Amino acid sequence: MPDTPNDRIETFYEVMRAQGISRRSFMKYCTLTATALGLGPAFVPKIAHAMETKPRTPVIWLHGLECTCCSESFIRSGHPLAKDVILSMISLDYDELLMAPSGEAAQAVLEETIAKYKGNYILAVEGNPPLNEDGMFCISGGKPFVDKLKRVAKDAKAIIAWGACASYGCVQAASPNPTQATPIHKVITDKPIIKVPGCPPIAEVMTGVITYMVTFDRMPALDRQGRPLMFYSQRIHDKCYRRPHFDAGQFVENWDDEGARKGYCLYKVGCKGPTTYNACSTVRWNEGVSFPIQAGHGCIGCSEDGFWDQGSFYDRVTDITQFGVEANADRVGLAAVGVVGGAVAAHAALSALKRAQQKAVGQSNAAKAAKEEA
Amino acid sequence: MASDPDLAESPATPFHKAGTHKQTSVYVYEAPVRIWHWVNALAILVLCVTGYFIGKPLPSFTAQEATYQFFFGYLRFVHFAAGMVLTVGFFGRLYWAFVGNHHARQLFSFPFWSRHFWVEVWFEIRWYLFMVKEPKKYEGHNPLAQLAMFFFITVATVFMIVTGFALYAEGQGTDHWMYKAFGWVIPLAGNSLDVHMLHRMGMWAMVVFVIVHIYVAVREDIMSRQSIISTMISGHRTFKDDRPD
Repeated sequence: MPDTPNDRIETFYEVMRAQGISRRSFMKYCTLTATALGLGPAFVPKIAHAMETKPRTPVIWLHGLECTCCSESFIRSGHPLAKDVILSMISLDYDELLMAPSGEAAQAVLEETIAKYKGNYILAVEGNPPLNEDGMFCISGGKPFVDKLKRVAKDAKAIIAWGACASYGCVQAASPNPTQATPIHKVITDKPIIKVPGCPPIAEVMTGVITYMVTFDRMPALDRQGRPLMFYSQRIHDKCYRRPHFDAGQFVENWDDEGARKGYCLYKVGCKGPTTYNACSTVRWNEGVSFPIQAGHGCIGCSEDGFWDQGSFYDRVTDITQFGVEANADRVGLAAVGVVGGAVAAHAALSALKRAQQKAVGQSNAAKAAKEEA
Repeated sequence: MASDPDLAESPATPFHKAGTHKQTSVYVYEAPVRIWHWVNALAILVLCVTGYFIGKPLPSFTAQEATYQFFFGYLRFVHFAAGMVLTVGFFGRLYWAFVGNHHARQLFSFPFWSRHFWVEVWFEIRWYLFMVKEPKKYEGHNPLAQLAMFFFITVATVFMIVTGFALYAEGQGTDHWMYKAFGWVIPLAGNSLDVHMLHRMGMWAMVVFVIVHIYVAVREDIMSRQSIISTMISGHRTFKDDRPD
């Protein structure tokens, strides 16, 4: 930031004033924030003071083995706008996709940011490092990505794992995972990691997580898997507008049937809404325009661990890959019932035969004894 | 009639053989055990049927608009209610293992370290393979049956309760105490869909057990030397002959 004194990072307040926001509006903003948090009027000056003195949070955004769909989603955020996040809330110092410099200039920025904000920056990771062949399946800046990740993570305050790739591995980690693509939490074990899964995550969820972290300077409350509860504590199913059809037992059977036309529940055509934790059915996509179920297709469960290895997107009773061939719980179960049922029937027949045989022997013995007595 | 030397030196076998003395019946299954058995059987039947159709729903019927129709909701309610009955019954049965007679304990343990037990298991296997002419008499479960009960009823029921409550807790929400108590199952299995799959596999294991259980009960009632089916109604084991063992 060349125009700030002493080359220090700007505060929120300075950035807001620079964007034409009046002191009065700023104080209103602080009051609203206090109210939203359920705090009393005494907290307003505290919030104002924090905003005036706290520097913006520096963020380093790395790209590993990924498809950039997370970034594509992020830049489409409507509330807050991605530009507001990048330009006023955080100091996005390094992002291979969005930054102007490239090559050695870019590398220099990375080194400078790490050195300057040691232990204070947030590391956002999109994608994951492949570990096979010493990480050579993903080279960034001439070195394996895994080395870069470890280097940047070492001095980070916290890590945001963007998307299903960074959180769980996603498609590149799907069986048989030839490059040994590995989620962040299995490579970096000594830093707080917040998972924001999805393929991609919802734009407003991404910016919402960042907003929370810079406003309150702490991690949001996480669930057992490390996902922020404010966006991942409910299933798609829990807030689905087609839920009444589920409870009524009204399902789409085929993509072109009457049920599909009437907007019935997509459970029978494999919707993973009941097993997927995400905010799609509340926040929706593209500034709240729609989400997959609203568009007539079931949820594919993209924000769940290992969703590529859960069998078909169009089944509820999923395939069991452990059996080598395609099988699902019902096929295995029915086969077992068939085998056992057959065995029982055969056993019963044999038992009856044996018993008849014993009876015949017994009768003939009795007859023989009677004859001898006579 | 000479007395069996084997019996003379082993007065108390772990699986309660009928003795040499003449007896017409022994009171084996106390009333709480019998009541639990039939309530549990009904609960399992209801759970299997409703559970099957929760995973693979029946064809839609559209008598009314969704607001006025709650068919699938009721189906799930019946499943959950039966699951609660099964769970309460299981703990009641566990309690009875402590206060009931020694037969009531057979469901929850078996003498894994006893060589004699495994010898008797092998004998029962040979009986079912038609390699033994005459079966032995047992007051309680025969050793093979005890083994099957332990794994398919005790272990399998615990598995179904834990996975079932984990899935039920998801519907109750992440703030609910049930989710705090059982939510750990989901990341352990991978994700919720995996838990659904395991729960369904458990159902098929139960179905397999039910088939074998009913078949063997009927067969033993006819071919063994003791009553089987009526014992679970009256509680009394009657023997068909007075010969030892």
